Amino acid sequence: MTVDTATLLRMYRTVSRIHACDERLRGLLNQGKIFIFYYSPRGQEIIPAAVSACLESDDYVVTTYRGLHDEIAKGTPLRPLMAEILGRSDGTCRGKGGPMHISDPGSGVMVTTGIVGGGIPIANGLGLASSLQGDGRVTVAYFGDGAANIGGFHEALNLAAVWNLPVVFVCQNNRYGEFTPLHETQRVEQLSARAAGYGLPGVTVDGNDPVAMYSAAAEAVARARAGEGPTFIEAMTYRFMGHFYGDQMPYMDQAEYQAALAADPLPRFRALLIEGGHASEEDLASIEKEAGAEADDAVEFAFASPPPDPSELFADVYAEVRQ
Amino acid sequence: MTTATVDTVELTMGAAINAALDEALAADPAVFLLGEDIMDPAGGVMQVTKGLSTKHGRDRVRETPISEQAIIGAAIGAAMAGLRPVPEIMIMDFLAVCADQLVNHAAKLRFMSGGRTNVPLTIRCLHTGGFQMGAQHSQTLEAWLCHVPGINVVFPSTPADAKGLLTACIRNDDPCVFVEPAALYGAAGPVPVGEHVVPLGQADVKRAGSDVTLITYGRQVHDCLGVAAALEGEIDVEVLDLRSLVPWDAAAMITSVSKTRRAVVVHQAVRRCGVGAEIAAFLSEELWGTLAAPVLRVAAKETPVPYAKELEDFHLPSAADITEAVRTVTK
Repeated sequence: MTVDTATLLRMYRTVSRIHACDERLRGLLNQGKIFIFYYSPRGQEIIPAAVSACLESDDYVVTTYRGLHDEIAKGTPLRPLMAEILGRSDGTCRGKGGPMHISDPGSGVMVTTGIVGGGIPIANGLGLASSLQGDGRVTVAYFGDGAANIGGFHEALNLAAVWNLPVVFVCQNNRYGEFTPLHETQRVEQLSARAAGYGLPGVTVDGNDPVAMYSAAAEAVARARAGEGPTFIEAMTYRFMGHFYGDQMPYMDQAEYQAALAADPLPRFRALLIEGGHASEEDLASIEKEAGAEADDAVEFAFASPPPDPSELFADVYAEVRQ
Repeated sequence: MTTATVDTVELTMGAAINAALDEALAADPAVFLLGEDIMDPAGGVMQVTKGLSTKHGRDRVRETPISEQAIIGAAIGAAMAGLRPVPEIMIMDFLAVCADQLVNHAAKLRFMSGGRTNVPLTIRCLHTGGFQMGAQHSQTLEAWLCHVPGINVVFPSTPADAKGLLTACIRNDDPCVFVEPAALYGAAGPVPVGEHVVPLGQADVKRAGSDVTLITYGRQVHDCLGVAAALEGEIDVEVLDLRSLVPWDAAAMITSVSKTRRAVVVHQAVRRCGVGAEIAAFLSEELWGTLAAPVLRVAAKETPVPYAKELEDFHLPSAADITEAVRTVTK
């Protein structure tokens, strides 16, 4: 498959916005300006940028605590996103969710879960609603390789196949489940092999390759949209910043890590765009500058937003306030 | 409280629940059922959903694999997308299998999203005990649920309440767990025909009395009424059926116990950290100085539910236990 220039540049804009926000957050942590647990998506940006390029704005996604890239790619506005990460009243969830629990239904981000694998069964329900209501939406479930070993993953893949749901399961295989390399926790070479056990197509793709990732996503989304059922995509990638930011990563193979850093997908994407004649150096610099300005604006907005009022505590536990 | 004068029909609790589901499916296209063995010809392990898949179709009365996490997860997602799923978890004990979906997701998504999403689902589950089904099919686990903010916990004791409360749950905009006492499935009673809603959080005075209040719910409502009748002329016992535990009717408890000054909480769950402990603490906080005796609890003994009939009878709270507690607080 070839991907047209407009789509590639759209993906690059997304990747640049993700990268700018991630950089700002790591900078704020480094400077001691914020104190949060932060699960950086650095290294995995291409995957949701490519997937979202295949989605409509009202399609659904569910993601996990390492979900900043997925949320930005789906279109969550940066100002409330950054405010939520900082726990402020103007956040997507009015400061009550935090970075592990971003919800932004306006952009289709329905659930961000802090429970490994917890969102996968819920994605089926979103897909089921689309099937029953005939609204034509597709649901994407993002999760990591670690989630492929939790029971809910297996139950959900089976049920998605049984009900022929319009769901695309995107496993971002960054090769580590928390602090453990995946060869310690699985005996299959590729997780995509598991899909066959549930009767749905499973593919492994280089998630850091924009064209390959886009092609796999486009095919899976088209299948789902056409009512042909779910697909499991194992997108191979790498986690550059450890489990959480500040993780010293003593468990990582240094040779492997250095090789992954050398193959950083962002400069590779940049080179592909220039060498393929899709954009000039100036074009890309302009996209990056714009993304940086957006991220700066979002950070400024977040810091200016007041903390939630104490009364906020009792709101949204139930539909009506109970005390 | 039920509506004043309405046509009623004599139904078992199982049939009343079936009627509530049937009417909800007919009234609202957003309602659908999902669960294990619920479609015809089985129609549910206790035939509570019998006829519904035939009448409303298998899209809306959906069979599932034996996958409790997938069932509740699917219900959550569908609820967030505007539907009103009624998943069945066959027996209450199996809530443990899907606790992550219920506790970490359904209960918290409204809050975690700052009110931008909500999860209007109703989990129906059977509650047994007393049928020699052993330790994994006989538990009474409502206290687990009450301890998680964000869930409504509902526990009917009559066919009419079962219909009215289940209807209220399905229309509620938050997750509800509707516990169906198996021991009461076959007992018949008058059930209003057509629209019947019992709002959550309204207790029902099943019997007025002046000496002591028995606060209870579910199957034990009937045990308490039996004890009250047996003690008539000696001790005047009030029986308060909570009907829903979250939200609960604080005012009804205060009103009743302010009058009787004595309370005994009766439930089938084990005593430690049970709902009875919460009620006892609540009453002592609210009515210290009014209470004429400590609030006692009649509950199951602190063991798993045993198999042998003699052991199970010994484990479960009995009418004799209730009577003894009533005599103790009125001494």
